[in-house]
Amino acid sequence: MRKGVMRPGHVQIRVLDIEEAVKHYVDLIGLIETDRDEQGRVYLKGWTEVDKYSVVLREADEPGMDFMGFKCVDEATIDSLAEDVRKLGIEVKEIPAGDLKDCGRRMQFVAPTGHTFELYATKEQTGKWGVSNVNPEAWPRDLKGMKATRFDHCLLYGDDLEGNLELFETLGFGLAEQVLDPDNNRVALFLTASMKAHDVAFIKHAEKGKFHHASFYLDTWENVLRAADLISMTNTSLDIGPTRHGLTHGQTIYFFDPSGNRNEVFCGGDYYYPDHEPTTWKAEDLGKAIFYHDRQLNERFLSVLT
Amino acid sequence: MAIENVYQISVINRQQVFWLPQGEPLLMGMEKACQHAINVGCRGGGCGLCKIKVLQGDYQTKRMSRAHISEEEQALGFALACRLTPLSDLVIESDHFKLHTQQPKIS
Ligand code: FES
Ligand SMILES: [Fe+2]
Repeated sequence: MRKGVMRPGHVQIRVLDIEEAVKHYVDLIGLIETDRDEQGRVYLKGWTEVDKYSVVLREADEPGMDFMGFKCVDEATIDSLAEDVRKLGIEVKEIPAGDLKDCGRRMQFVAPTGHTFELYATKEQTGKWGVSNVNPEAWPRDLKGMKATRFDHCLLYGDDLEGNLELFETLGFGLAEQVLDPDNNRVALFLTASMKAHDVAFIKHAEKGKFHHASFYLDTWENVLRAADLISMTNTSLDIGPTRHGLTHGQTIYFFDPSGNRNEVFCGGDYYYPDHEPTTWKAEDLGKAIFYHDRQLNERFLSVLT
Repeated sequence: MAIENVYQISVINRQQVFWLPQGEPLLMGMEKACQHAINVGCRGGGCGLCKIKVLQGDYQTKRMSRAHISEEEQALGFALACRLTPLSDLVIESDHFKLHTQQPKIS
């Protein structure tokens, strides 16, 4: 049952060199730089996103994800959801407004898999970039690189998937897809707060708190192929693709930012309503579930994480 | 004794030898030469899959994830091959990647 979580609102990613990273996310992926702060963090967004930013880059010694934030419908909702999370025995701390630039207070907690999530309801809205809100043109003409339209989801690796399922169901997410091993243990969760096939996903892994990828949405398969061309033209580190996922059926390419964080751009994908039964993939067919055409995992899929 | 413009890389645990153009990062140069002596991951110093130990030779490195190369390890010659550029012939050991089931606290 939905409880007022609207969408993935932002992800803060750690990078080894901030200027190299900005070049990658802006010139190659096509995000728009919207601000910087005193700590040196850089704020970015896809051009169709109405809020001021959805990606925050922070320079650090160790790449990976600091946190992922979900935007909720209003301030009262984040208080009541925080209460629900506390009832699960998970500590929730309130981060005051302004800690992230032009963002309201955030309720932050660590999920059973070791990843930090937060809920917030207020962020400055600057509108879609480069198009008016009245009689808008189809797209702005001065986009760069892959012209990513929005930050879409993260895939994260961690140990306690059952704990995360309980947490995200408490937050009103639906389980759109799952992977079950032969003993019917869940080894992957695809969770959604919306009609999208996933807003966040988890794969079972011995380590806590690992980051697999942050994903950005493109409109067409043609655009995914064009993204692949740009990856070669810029000598960017390719992981795999272009191909299709079995899970969600999205068409995709995986590549890495200059600090080794994996990125995805993708298009298409299934849709979800709250009355849908979860789609199940069997772990015996994990190759096809992940890479629908190759039908086998590349060695990097399960081991290359930040 | 280095051959003109290339360095010899000896990977002793895999008993492999290949040649790398000067100025080329070790991991990507190895891939271009179609060699498989070091595991390839993200190619950006983040995942640790390409962790090696340099036993002999000079090199420089770009910033590497502290989750995989601590300061002490760096002083002992451990490095991430994707962030390392040789400055001489090298003798190395590959396959030093380990899972961290106890996640170090991030500051
Ligand atoms: S390949 Fe990932 S750290 Fe070198
Ligand atoms: Fe994805």
